Amino acid sequence: MTKKPFFGFGRPKLKHVRLDHLTQPEIKPIPLPARLTVFLHHAAEAKDLGIRSGTPVKTGEKLPYKGIGGYFVSPATGTIQGISENRTYTDRRFLAITIQVEGKDKWDPQFTEAAQSPGPETALDYLAFLPGISDFTSLISRDTPLHTLIINGTDPDLLILTNQLLMNASPEDIKAGLAHLSKVSGIDQVMVVVPPDLRTQAEKTGAEIRVAEPVYPHTLPRLLVPNLLNQPLPANRPLSDLRVGVISAEAVLALKTAFTDKTLPVEKVISVIDKENRVTCVRARIGTPVKDILGALKISTQQGDRIALGGPMTGQGVYSEDMPIMHDTDAIFVQDKRRVIPPSDSPCINCGECVRACPARLPVNMLVRLLENGLYEEAAQRYDLLSCVECGLCSYVCVMHIPVFHYMMLGKHELALREATEEFNG
Amino acid sequence: MDKDKLFVSSYAPYWHNGSSLSVKSYNIMLAALPAVILGITQYGAPALGVVAFSVSFAIFWELIMNYVMKRPVTIGDGNAALIGLLFAMLLPANTPWWVVLVGTFIAIVIGKQIFGGMGCNPLNPPLVAIAMLMLSWEAMLSFDEALVNYDLGFYMAYPLAALKHFGPDTLYHYSPGQLLMGQQAGAIGTTFGLGLIIGGIYLILRGFIRWEITLSFLTGVFVTSLLFYVSDPAAYAPPYFHLLTGYTLIGAFFLAPEDASSPVHFIPMLIYGACAGFLTVLIRNIGAFADGVVFAVLLVNVANPLFDKIRPKALGKGTDHA
Ligand code: SF4
Ligand code: SF4
Repeated sequence: MTKKPFFGFGRPKLKHVRLDHLTQPEIKPIPLPARLTVFLHHAAEAKDLGIRSGTPVKTGEKLPYKGIGGYFVSPATGTIQGISENRTYTDRRFLAITIQVEGKDKWDPQFTEAAQSPGPETALDYLAFLPGISDFTSLISRDTPLHTLIINGTDPDLLILTNQLLMNASPEDIKAGLAHLSKVSGIDQVMVVVPPDLRTQAEKTGAEIRVAEPVYPHTLPRLLVPNLLNQPLPANRPLSDLRVGVISAEAVLALKTAFTDKTLPVEKVISVIDKENRVTCVRARIGTPVKDILGALKISTQQGDRIALGGPMTGQGVYSEDMPIMHDTDAIFVQDKRRVIPPSDSPCINCGECVRACPARLPVNMLVRLLENGLYEEAAQRYDLLSCVECGLCSYVCVMHIPVFHYMMLGKHELALREATEEFNG
Repeated sequence: MDKDKLFVSSYAPYWHNGSSLSVKSYNIMLAALPAVILGITQYGAPALGVVAFSVSFAIFWELIMNYVMKRPVTIGDGNAALIGLLFAMLLPANTPWWVVLVGTFIAIVIGKQIFGGMGCNPLNPPLVAIAMLMLSWEAMLSFDEALVNYDLGFYMAYPLAALKHFGPDTLYHYSPGQLLMGQQAGAIGTTFGLGLIIGGIYLILRGFIRWEITLSFLTGVFVTSLLFYVSDPAAYAPPYFHLLTGYTLIGAFFLAPEDASSPVHFIPMLIYGACAGFLTVLIRNIGAFADGVVFAVLLVNVANPLFDKIRPKALGKGTDHA
């Protein structure tokens, strides 16, 4: 599936797998691990937190911090074991909070009470870390209101089956979640998008159904949504410019858990892709280290293998199995070290494969030359760097194994930094 | 954290379609083989010698340049060998070894390496070499002089030279079938039309060359020669003749689509190919040289950066969308 076909003169054709690709049709529960880690981005410093080492926490307890929503939620019962300040490789600060888990869950009662009156306030107060969406609060509290919500029953990257499995398994629960969603967001217009084989199941949600062809990269929301609405999305603008919000089927289900079952959702469904590209869906507590999940599935790893959070085309590489899954981690991708293809520093030979493959119609061959030399502004102004939809196909097809996609992201990152500095000095 | 078990962490994507430069180079060489083999069976040991010399000298110059420029050794990627092979295909069978040595030097060192190596050459390296030789030692590349001692059982006058000197009256010596099957005088690897076409189609289907360039080049040759022919059939050769003689087919499948010196966007590829085809026939019909492919392709190579300025609107920049 990853190879160029023998006769390959057009664009790469990367079809998504269907549910029958799963090793088992059910979601496998992962036992609660001994230790959980929660990552907090946007957080200033450890001293801004209301907790320290040794603070006891309950499952679902709201803990204050200066970041989205102004709080985070403890996914388990136990004691805070450590708080460390870290930096991502793009130099963004984040806090890692480790919780020593104490066996059985003791649920914090606050949310159960609050859930008696479901509404936007309760959602803002408790659901900033709703599983399956990176920032739920920004979807419901907006200056310019959205007119449509798109419920994504497809999965963006290849070999991920999380949303499709949930859509297939529980359309009725999604229907219940949709009712809560419209109450919380105030938006009635919803559209459910699924691959063709899930249409019948999706119709049980009672919402308007749209079918999307399961071909990568057209399942990436930046391509999917403008296509569905038949509206162009200006380069480098967020999807909300089209006045639509996208929320995954999983997040809608989590809303049902929150308001129908009145428990705060603290678990995430994850597609685990093993070294043979087999996929198993698991349900794990947010903050569970990757190691525990792989252990439960008997997937062994060794030095030099690759692990990414996300799918094979866009996932984020991690260097340690101790990395936890987060509330918006869709997949874990494991690759044997024999299959790791090292990037190369060879020059571009101008073969044009990337240009053929690029869904944003970019002159990738020119961009590579500029970005290699640090000419980020020129890349954006003359060659439309910012139109890139971040699909990774350019690297996937590059004959010279140039990390083209990495260059694109580096360029965008540098430009964003410069813009921020200018505003700051401005 | 377990320091003994670190994972490889690079940027996405983690899959690759498996293509590589060496696979590409060796496949292009493979596709050229039918034409080369026919050339060798026709002209015997001297042709084999030229091919062997050219490929080895090209690799030799590449290696020297790798050392001189203190760059990693790149002969394994097959590109130097490919340049050597293509250069040999453009030569008459009894080219002296020192011409091959000088020619490969021009192709590798001047055509490719001094511009920065792979991917940076603005012109097609084998064609740079051939052009220099044509200008410096014209006699070496005059097929009638070079092949004077051969009699292979078919009409041994180089078709394009015959056309130039005697006009279309001589064309009855060359039937399309003969031209396709290599029954014509010419360079080692350019006379077997059918072999080149089969090899070229193989390359197109496998995605190693861009079909847009080949197709528009051949269309350019066809349409231009047709216009000439229709305007005066007594003075100009019909299209089939232009398509099947000289460097046309090797140009269409192996030279014009060379990566670094050709455009990558759809419309520019069409313009590039069509211009090369047009210029080829123009030079043949009214220029000084018997064959026009060499200078036609080099000229469009020069214009290539201009062509590639025409490109589609990027996503989110125009009024249309994907
Ligand atoms: S990641 Fe590469 S192929 Fe994809 S849109 Fe960006 S430049 Fe184009
Ligand atoms: S695929 Fe790689 S080598 Fe080919 S043009 Fe694109 S960046 Fe250059």
